[in-house]
Amino acid sequence: MLILVLKRILLGLITLFIVSLITFVGVEVLPGDACTTYLEREAYGAALEACYKRLGLDIPAYERYVSWAIGVIQGDFGYSLSGEMKINDVLGPRVKNSLVLASASILIGIPIALLLGIITALWRDKMPDIIISTFTIFSMTIPEFISATLLILIVAIWLEWLPGIVIVPTGVSVSELLPNIILPVIAISMIMTAHMARMVRSSVIQVMASDYVQMAILKGVPYWKMVFKHVLPNALLPAINVVALTIAWLLGGVVVTEVVFNYPGLGRLVIESISNRDLPVVQALAIILASIYVIINLIADLLTLMLNPRLKSLQIKK
Amino acid sequence: MTLVIKQEKPKSTFSKIVEIISTMASRPSGLIGLIILVFHVTLAITSPLYVPHDYKAIDPSLMLQAPSSEYWFGTDSLGRDVFTRTILGGRTALTVTFFGSLIALLWGGALGIFCGLVGGKIDDVVMRIIDAFLSIPWILAMLLIVSLLGTSTIVLIPALGFFYGKGIVRVARAATHDVIAKDFIVSARARGHGNFSIIWNEILPNVRDAIMVEGAMRWSWMLLGFSSLSFLGFGVSPPTPDWGLMISNARGLMSFAYWAVLAPIFGLSSLIIGINLTADAFAKALGIDRSTKAPV
Repeated sequence: MLILVLKRILLGLITLFIVSLITFVGVEVLPGDACTTYLEREAYGAALEACYKRLGLDIPAYERYVSWAIGVIQGDFGYSLSGEMKINDVLGPRVKNSLVLASASILIGIPIALLLGIITALWRDKMPDIIISTFTIFSMTIPEFISATLLILIVAIWLEWLPGIVIVPTGVSVSELLPNIILPVIAISMIMTAHMARMVRSSVIQVMASDYVQMAILKGVPYWKMVFKHVLPNALLPAINVVALTIAWLLGGVVVTEVVFNYPGLGRLVIESISNRDLPVVQALAIILASIYVIINLIADLLTLMLNPRLKSLQIKK
Repeated sequence: MTLVIKQEKPKSTFSKIVEIISTMASRPSGLIGLIILVFHVTLAITSPLYVPHDYKAIDPSLMLQAPSSEYWFGTDSLGRDVFTRTILGGRTALTVTFFGSLIALLWGGALGIFCGLVGGKIDDVVMRIIDAFLSIPWILAMLLIVSLLGTSTIVLIPALGFFYGKGIVRVARAATHDVIAKDFIVSARARGHGNFSIIWNEILPNVRDAIMVEGAMRWSWMLLGFSSLSFLGFGVSPPTPDWGLMISNARGLMSFAYWAVLAPIFGLSSLIIGINLTADAFAKALGIDRSTKAPV
């Protein structure tokens, strides 16, 4: 068991190491370096040399990678180009804002998703399932920016219930942030809920068709007792991994949603740093987002392991 | 005594395709999906022949007009006809994502089969790298490539093809793993067939369906990704009409010109839903259940 956990953590670390290599090599291989892309037409003479000096681009690539990687391990991402600020200071408030948005969406989304998934599975192919499933499939397929735009059009412009975009400075406190995030949270949790509800649905349906549930029905176990005691514990276990994948998958979608609502989180920083051609910040973001993905998956794997006694004895092959 | 083995005549590819399509159309959702998809493809191919207005004709006197008999979907903030731009708006998206999916299918399928077949150290290394790529948000990588290399279709098609192919590698690899230990592969090896012959004649026919279904699904995700890029201003460059770009341009003024944002939203949503329904029906017609797959 312990060996399995350690192996998992090691695999995650290897993945992150490869990610760091990919982002580093990717930025090296693509035409133009951080300085020429950032300075664009003014990239000559003294300005260029000063920039090279500041970023240390005048030393060989592998040495730069090593010193950058050592910095990252110590939690230091170096300096950004545009604001001449430490990247950590740029990231700090953004990470906080994104965490607020994400945890609000998860707190609202997961219970609703479980409820909808269970309802649709138990009333499979009946009216509740058809209505909810149509809705979930729609919000799964339609791009984030369309559902967000439609939400703004209907809720903010036509009904005038809530403000359409978030107008707060980046460093705002959590209590000031909360009233502003209602629409973004609805937009994000709608898609997340849809994905998770589908997974819970198919998982519950699978368990309902299994032999031991059929046996319980034959033995005359009351329906709801059977659902809560036999079906749900077994059905929700595989859903943990899916929840993790969905959260991780949303990291990409959140970028678009944050732009639509003008929300000052990590997602908008992605767009801003790429528009400003601030490659050091882009590298830092790639590492951070990839780490979140790896960590969420790791936690989900370990949770599944802990909750499922059968898996402990098995060698999990990925 | 002679043993007579009756051999059924193998079906031609054409009749197989007809059979799959008729199975797909036998369910209402599949039929709707096929109709939407055929409609969009036909529109994309033929629309330049009958557009009512010039898509890039700017006329300040016609700014933000409400829908009328002359301008069916109204005009946008530059006085351009929204109907014209909407029926042209899917052309780039469809072309880029179709060829992108083909590339994704080819390289993802080939690498997946290769990894499944050779296994061992090479397989481990490749899958680690694929995992690493999967953990970088696609949008970050795509934005970086596009901002450094430009937004021409020559860049977008291979870039999208590459990034959406890494998921196919896993599917193709898993499907290959499923057949690799079967008797017919073992007997083909015993007959002395080479690796290439085994891949082409034994493995490919058995994993093709799974890969194609995955490719169809990737197509709709890629369309979503491509439109998100152009919504963010990193996709098609103006004045080329494109739904994602149109939505992002019309968004600021939607409090009084909602038609300019609703028309492209309808176009893009219907195409994505059409592709999704078709892909689902395609999976069901081939007997592959995708309902338990995660969205990665």
